Amino acid sequence: MDVVTSAMPLYAILISLVTVGLVLARPQKPVFREFCTVASAIVKLLIVLSMLPWIRQGAIIKYHLLTVLPGLEIVLRVDALGMVFALTASFLWLATSFYTIGYMRSHYEEDYANDRSVDRFFAFFLIAMASAIGTAFAGNLFTLYIFYEILTLCTYPLVAYDKTPEALYNAQKYLAHLLGTSLLFFLPAIFLTYYYTGTLDFSTSGIMSGNAPDSVLAITFILFIAGIAKAALMPFHAWLPAAMVAPTPVSALLHAVAVVKAGVFTFIRVILFIFGADLLKELNPGYYLAYFAAFTIIAASLIALRQDNLKRRLAYSTISQLSYTILGVALLTPSGVTGSVLHLVIHAFGKITLFFAAGAIYIVTGKTEISQMDGIGKQMPFTMAAFTIASLSMISLPPAGGFISKWYLSMGTIEAGQLALLAVLAISSLLNAAYFLPIVYRAFLKPTLAANGQQVNIAKIKEAPVFMVGALMVTSAAILCFFFEPGVFLDLARMIVAAM
Amino acid sequence: MIKHFPVLVIIIPLLLALIAPVAGRINRIYSWVIAFLATLFSFIIAAILLYQVMYSGTISYWMGGWEPPWGIEYVIDYFSAFVLAIVAFLAWLVTIFARKSVAAEIEEKKLPAFYGVYLLFIVGLMGMIVTGDIFNLYVFLEISSLTAYALVAMGKSRRAPLAGFRYLVIGTVGATFILLGIGYLYIATGTLNMADLGARLPGLFNSKLVITAFAFFAIGFSIKIALFPLHTWLPDAYTYAPSAVSALMASTGTKVAAYGFIRILFTVFGVRVFLEQWVSVPHFLIAVSSVAILMGSILAIAQTNIKKMLAYSSISQIGYIILGVALMNPTGLQGGLLHILNHAFMKCALFMSVGCITYKTGITSVADLKGLGFKQPYAMAAFTVAALSMIGIPLTVGFVSKWYLAMGSLENAMWYLIPVILISSILMLVYFWRVIDNIYFKAGKPIAEVEVSDAPASMLIPTVVVAALCLVFGTLAFIPVSITEKAALLLLG
Repeated sequence: MDVVTSAMPLYAILISLVTVGLVLARPQKPVFREFCTVASAIVKLLIVLSMLPWIRQGAIIKYHLLTVLPGLEIVLRVDALGMVFALTASFLWLATSFYTIGYMRSHYEEDYANDRSVDRFFAFFLIAMASAIGTAFAGNLFTLYIFYEILTLCTYPLVAYDKTPEALYNAQKYLAHLLGTSLLFFLPAIFLTYYYTGTLDFSTSGIMSGNAPDSVLAITFILFIAGIAKAALMPFHAWLPAAMVAPTPVSALLHAVAVVKAGVFTFIRVILFIFGADLLKELNPGYYLAYFAAFTIIAASLIALRQDNLKRRLAYSTISQLSYTILGVALLTPSGVTGSVLHLVIHAFGKITLFFAAGAIYIVTGKTEISQMDGIGKQMPFTMAAFTIASLSMISLPPAGGFISKWYLSMGTIEAGQLALLAVLAISSLLNAAYFLPIVYRAFLKPTLAANGQQVNIAKIKEAPVFMVGALMVTSAAILCFFFEPGVFLDLARMIVAAM
Repeated sequence: MIKHFPVLVIIIPLLLALIAPVAGRINRIYSWVIAFLATLFSFIIAAILLYQVMYSGTISYWMGGWEPPWGIEYVIDYFSAFVLAIVAFLAWLVTIFARKSVAAEIEEKKLPAFYGVYLLFIVGLMGMIVTGDIFNLYVFLEISSLTAYALVAMGKSRRAPLAGFRYLVIGTVGATFILLGIGYLYIATGTLNMADLGARLPGLFNSKLVITAFAFFAIGFSIKIALFPLHTWLPDAYTYAPSAVSALMASTGTKVAAYGFIRILFTVFGVRVFLEQWVSVPHFLIAVSSVAILMGSILAIAQTNIKKMLAYSSISQIGYIILGVALMNPTGLQGGLLHILNHAFMKCALFMSVGCITYKTGITSVADLKGLGFKQPYAMAAFTVAALSMIGIPLTVGFVSKWYLAMGSLENAMWYLIPVILISSILMLVYFWRVIDNIYFKAGKPIAEVEVSDAPASMLIPTVVVAALCLVFGTLAFIPVSITEKAALLLLG
C-alpha cells in the first residue's frame, strides 16, 4: 500500500480554524461572516476532494504533525474510511452553512447583526467542523481522542446557545454524558491499549492481536463500547434528545452528522483497526455488541413513536439508526461492514434533510409539535417533499438511498447466519414507517384546522428563505442519487472491506 | 563566578529581602522593584543552572570550601534544578502580578514589610531545593514556614489572622516532627549530609531509631504538604491570604514540601528499603493519597467560595503527586514529578485569574460570577484553560500527568488506581464546570449592569502566560519529560 506524505489533511482542518479567526476579528459584520463561512466550506470540500484520487488508487496519505510524548504522536492519516466520513461531513457542511445563514437570519432578526453571540455561534460551529474532519483524518487513537474531546467541548456552547435554564440544563446533561463517559471509559481503554501494545496506531489487521490476555481484551472492548457515547448506544443515549434544545442548524449538522457520526466512526475505527476483524471473529464479542445494538434499534424506535415533538422524534430515530451502523460492523462480515459504512453516509444525508425540514417548519410557522402539522405540506410543498424522500430513506424503501445500505446490512446478517438480527432490521423498518409516514400523511392529506375547529384554506405557498429550502432540496436530491449511483462511497466501502 | 551560582541564587535574594523593607521607607515602590529584581535574578540563575545540569550533570557546591560530609553541601541535580526553575519562574511571574494586586489588598504602610517577608518566603523555598544537607533543609523549611504564616495573616479579611495562626500551630507541629526525625537520624548515623546518610542508612533499617525517624518525617512532611487528613490548615490559609500570596503558595509552597519529602524518601532512605523491607510504606502512601485525591475533590464540590474550592482542589492534586511518588517505579514517579510542574502552573493560573476578579469586583462566591466571562475576557479565558487542564483534556498538562500516573499504576499491576484518578477528574469536571457555566452561560444578573473591565495588564499578562504554558507544556510535553525522565532515574538510583 502506498503511503503519501502530504499536509493536505492538515489544511482541511486548518481552513475552518483560520475562518474562526476571521469571523472573530471583524465582529458584527453579518455579510462578512457569511461569506467567510461559505467560502471556507467550499475550500474545505475542495481540499477533501483533491485527496480522493489518491485514496481511490489505494494510497494512504499520512502527515506527522508533532510528538507530544514519546509514543503519543499527533498524526493525520487519510484512508478510505476516513475519506468516507470527511466527504460526507464536508459536503453536508457546505449545505448546512447556507442553511444556517438562512435560519439565523430569520430566527434572530435584529440580533443577527448586532449580537456578538452570533459571531461566537459561527466560530464554535467552525471549530466543531474542524474537529469532525480531524476525527476523520486522525492517524492514531490518541489523535482521534483529542479531536473527539474537542468536538464535545466546542459543541457545548452551541447546545447552550439560547442560555435559558432549560437550554443550560440540557447542555449540562449533554456534557456530563459525553465527557463523563469518555473520561471514565474511553480514556482507560486507551491506557490499557497502549500499556499492552505499546502503540496507538491504526492498523488494518488490528494491534491487539497476541499482545494482551483475553480478560484484558474483553475489558478493553467493553470500556471502548461504553466510552464512545457519541454513538448513542443505549444506555448512554440520553444526551442526544437533550441536545435538541440547540438551534436547528446545530441539531442538523452536529447531531445528525458530525457528533454522532464521529461516534460511530470511532466505533468502526476501534473495531476494525485496533482490535482487527480476525481477532474479534476468534473471540466472538462482536455478536454481543450486535445484539446490544439490535436492542437499541428497537427500543429507540418504540420511544420515537411516542414523541410528539418533531425534533425529539428525529433524535430517537437517530439513536436507532446509529445502531444500524454499529450492528453492521459488529457482524464483521464483508456485506455487514459495507452496509455499515454506507449507512453512515446515507443516514447522514437523510437525517440532515429531516432536521432541515423541521427547522424550516419552525421558522415559517413556529410549529414544533407533530400534532400541529396538519396540512403543512400544502403550505410548504418543497420542504415536505424533501421530508418525504428522507423518510423513505429512513424506512429504506426505494427509490431512496436508505434501501442500498439496508440491503447490504441485511446481507451481512445472512452471511453471519444471524436471522434474528435480520428480523430486527425488518421490524425496525416497519417501526420507521410507523413514525415517519403519519407525519407525511398529516402534512399532505389532513386539512388544516384553526383553533376553533374551522377548516383553514391555505391558498398561498409560504416557504422558508431560499437558503434553507435550497439546502434541503440539495440533500434530498442526493438521497435519490444514492439509490441510482452509490458510486464513490460504495467503492470506498469495498476498499475498507478488502483491507480487512 | 559561574561556579558560585548555586549559592548566589539564595544569597542575593536573601540580602535583597533585608534591603526591601528599608528601601520601602524611601519610596514604597522601591520595595516592589527590589522584589522584582531579586526574583528575576533567581529565575535567570535557575534557568542557567538547569541548562548546565542538563548539559553536564550534577553540580555540587561546597559551602565555604568545606568538604562534605563535614561542610554544608548544595546539590543541583536533575530533580532540584527542575523544581528550582519552576519555583523561580513562578515567583517572578507572581511578583509582577503582585504589584497592583497587593497594593489593592494590603494597607499601604505595610507594603515594605510585606515584600521583605515575601522575598524571605521565596528564599526559604529555594534554599530547601538546593541544599544537600538535611539540617539546612530544616532551617530553610522554617524560614519559608514562618514567613508563610505572616503572609497569610496579612490578608484583607478579618479571618486572615486566625487562618494564619491556625497554620502556625499546625505547621509548627509538622516542623517539630521533621526536626525530631533529623535528630534521630543524626544520633543513628552521626551525619547530616543527605548523600552521606543515603550511604550509611542501609544496614540500619532494623533499628527502631531509624524507623521512628522515618515515621516522624512521614508525619511532619504530610502536614507540610497538606496530605489528607493532615490538610486542615490549608483551605483557610489559601482562602484568606492576599490573592498574590495564594497564587504563590498554592503553586510553590506545598510543591517544595513535596520536594523535601521525595528527597527524604529517595535520597536519604533510598528506594530499595521500600521495595524490599518496608513494603507497607508505599502501600500505605498509595492508600492515603487515593483517599486524598477523592476527598479533596468531593470537598471542593461542596464549596461556594471560589478560593476555598481551589484550595480543596489542591488537596486532591497533592494526592496525585504523592500517588505517583508512592508507586516507586520510573513511570509513576515521573508522573508525580511532572505533576509538581503541571499543578504548579495550573493552580497559579487559577489563583491569579481569581485575583483578577477580586481586584475588579471583590467577588468571592462562585454564584456571583454570572456573566463575568464577557466582562473580563482574558482573565476568564485563562481560568477556563487552566480548569480544562485540571480536568485533564488532552493537549493540556493535566492529561500528561494522568497519562504517566495511569501507566505507572498499570506497571505495578494496580489497575484499581485508574478509576480513582479518573473519578477525581469527573469530580473536577463538576466543580470547574459550575464556574464555567456561571461565567459564560448563565444570564448575568448581579454584576451585568455594573461596568466591569479586565484587570490591568501587569496582572493579566502573567495570568495569561501561565495559562498558555499549561497548553504549551501539554502539547510539547516532551520538553518537561526529558528532564523528569532523568530526575526519576536519578532518584530511583
